[in-house]
Amino acid sequence: MSNSQSKKSQKKNKVSRRRFLSDMAGTACGVGLFGLGIGLYSKSANAIKPQAIRPPGALPEEDFLAACTRCGICVRDCPYDILKLAKIGDNVPTGTPYFTARTGPCEMCDDIPCIPNCPTGALDHSLVDINKARMGLAVVVDQETCIAFLGLRCEVCFNVCPVRGKAITLDYQHNARSGKHAKFIPVVHSSDCTGCGLCEKACILEDAPAIKVFPQRLAKGDLGHHYRVGWEQEKKYGGSLIKTRDKHQYNLPEGVRYDYEGVGLITDEKGNPIVDPSLIKPKKAEPEKNTDKPATNNPLDILNQGIKEAE
Amino acid sequence: MTGKANEIIGKEAIEKKGWWQAYKWLILRRISQFAILALFMLIPICKWMNPDADCALGWIIKGNLASSKVFNAIPLTDPLLLLQMLAAGFSKVAIDAIIGAVIVFIFYLLVGGRVFCSWVCPVNIVTDAAFWLRSKLKLTGGARFSRSIRYWVLGMVLVLSAITGSLAYELINPVSMLHRGLFFGMSMGWFVIAAVFVFDLFVAKRGWCTHICPMGAFYGLVGKFSPLKVRADARSACDDCAECYVVCPEPQILKPVLKGEKKGILPVIQAGECTNCGRCIDVCAEEVFHFGLRYKNDLPKVKTTVGGKHEVIS
Repeated sequence: MSNSQSKKSQKKNKVSRRRFLSDMAGTACGVGLFGLGIGLYSKSANAIKPQAIRPPGALPEEDFLAACTRCGICVRDCPYDILKLAKIGDNVPTGTPYFTARTGPCEMCDDIPCIPNCPTGALDHSLVDINKARMGLAVVVDQETCIAFLGLRCEVCFNVCPVRGKAITLDYQHNARSGKHAKFIPVVHSSDCTGCGLCEKACILEDAPAIKVFPQRLAKGDLGHHYRVGWEQEKKYGGSLIKTRDKHQYNLPEGVRYDYEGVGLITDEKGNPIVDPSLIKPKKAEPEKNTDKPATNNPLDILNQGIKEAE
Repeated sequence: MTGKANEIIGKEAIEKKGWWQAYKWLILRRISQFAILALFMLIPICKWMNPDADCALGWIIKGNLASSKVFNAIPLTDPLLLLQMLAAGFSKVAIDAIIGAVIVFIFYLLVGGRVFCSWVCPVNIVTDAAFWLRSKLKLTGGARFSRSIRYWVLGMVLVLSAITGSLAYELINPVSMLHRGLFFGMSMGWFVIAAVFVFDLFVAKRGWCTHICPMGAFYGLVGKFSPLKVRADARSACDDCAECYVVCPEPQILKPVLKGEKKGILPVIQAGECTNCGRCIDVCAEEVFHFGLRYKNDLPKVKTTVGGKHEVIS
C-alpha cells in the first residue's frame, strides 16, 4: 500500500514538476518577449532628433543614455528655463534633457548652474569654463539665402556670438556680381564654437535659420588619423620637417625624371641646383604658349610640362 | 472570496472602531502620496502662476523620484536606477547619485521596501483607483498569471540595460513617466498611464503593481530585511470575515501568518511583498493587525494589550 502511495505521489510530483517547468518556460518567454519589445523600441527611441541639443557638459550620447536618470534637476537649475525633459513622442529619448536652439538657446552662464547638481555626472562636473562646452557645432547651412552670401550686410550671428570673433569670424570675399563690393561671409570655427545656439536664435531668416547648431557627431567629420597637415606640423616643430633631398621622387613613368627648368630638385654634390640652360630657354622664348592650355588639376601635367616642350 | 461581497468592505470595522480608525492608514497613505506630489509640484505651480518668479520656496525639493535634491543639499537617487546604470556599463557615476541611492536604500530598508509602493509611488493611486472601480463594477476574472513574473521583469530590466548600454526601461517605465510627467509635462505619457489603468481594470486584478512592476519587485527584495512589519499578534481573535484578503494587494502573504499559529509560523508578515499599506489594520474589526517590529515575538496575544500597543505605536 505504501508502495502504491509513493508511486502516486511520484506521479503527482512528476506532473507538478512538469507544470512547474512549463510555467517557468512560459514566464521566461513572456518576460523575454516584453524585454525584446522594449529593446527593439529602444533602438528607435534612443535616437535623438538633430534639433535637440544636450545641455553643456553632456557626455557623449551613448554614455549619456546610460548615465542620465531623467530627474530634471538641470531643468530646474537653468535660470533661463530653456531646458526641457523629453516627453514620449518628442523624438528625444524619454525624460532626457535638451534644448532647441532656434526657440531657446543656451545663454552660457559663467557658473554653468545646470551642471553641479547633476547627481550622476551625466553632465560632466569637470566642465567649469562654459567656453569649453561643446553642446554642438554651428553650421552655415543655407548659403543661398543667407544675406551675407547675397552680398548684403548682416553679421547678426557674428555679433551675438558669445565667443565673438573666435567661434564665428567674417571672411571678406570679393563680390563678383557688383565687381566692387566685399561680402562678409560668416565662418564657424569648431575650435571655439560651444554650440550654444545664440546665432541660430538670432538669424534673421524666417522659418529655418541659415546658421544651425547640430550635434558634433552630425556636423564635424574626422580627418583620417594618418593625415598630418604640413603647415600645422611646421608650426608645432618650428620649421619644415622635409629636408631638401638629393633627388625628388615623383611617381613618374620609368625613364622619366623631373628636372623642369633644372632647378631645385636635381643638385650637384655641393647641393647647388644644376641649371640646364637648354631647358629654360624654350619657356622664355614662347611664354604665351601656356595660355592656350588651361592649367589642369593634375600636378604631373605641370611637372612634366617642361619635358614635353623639350622633346 | 467572501460571503459579504455585497456589503461595504470595512463596514463592521467602522461600526466597531469608528470611521477614523477604519480608514486611518488609507487616509494617511493618501496624504503622504499627495503631499510628496505637492512638494515636487511647488516649482511648476509657481512658474505657472508667474513665469518670471524665481520660486525660492520651490527649492525645498527639486527633481523627481528618479533623483532629487532636498534643500539644495541632500541628494536622493533611486537605487534601482543606479543598478541599471552600472549594468549599462556607466562606471563613472558621480558621488551624489551613490550617496543618494544609499540614503534611499537605507530608508526603505528600515521602514519596509514597498513603503515606496504604497506611500510614495504615484502609480499606486492609479492602480488603487482601477481596483476600486473594478470592485464597484463587480468585474471579476481576467487574466491570471504568477506574481513572481515581476522578479523576472526585474532581471530582464537589468539585462536589457546591459545589452542596450542605456537605461532602456526608463523609456517606458510608467512610474517614472507619471512622476516626471506631472512636473515636467506628460504629453502622450497619459496613454501609458491609461494603459496601466485599463490593464488593472479589465485584464488582471492588481495586475501592474503586484505582478509586473520591476520597481515593486526590487523594493520587495529590499523589504525582506525590514524591521518594520505588520504583525498579527491577535490572530486568535480573527473571526474569518476575510475582509483583509479583499483589501490586501498581496493577499497570498496573509493566510500563512493569520492561520499559521499551529504550524508555528510567527505572527509577523515577513514577506517582502507586503507594502506596509496598513489597509488590513484599518479594515479588521477585531483589531488583529498592528504595525510593529519583526523581532518582538513574545508579545502576549491578548486583544486589549494589542489594542493598547496599537495606540502607542501609531
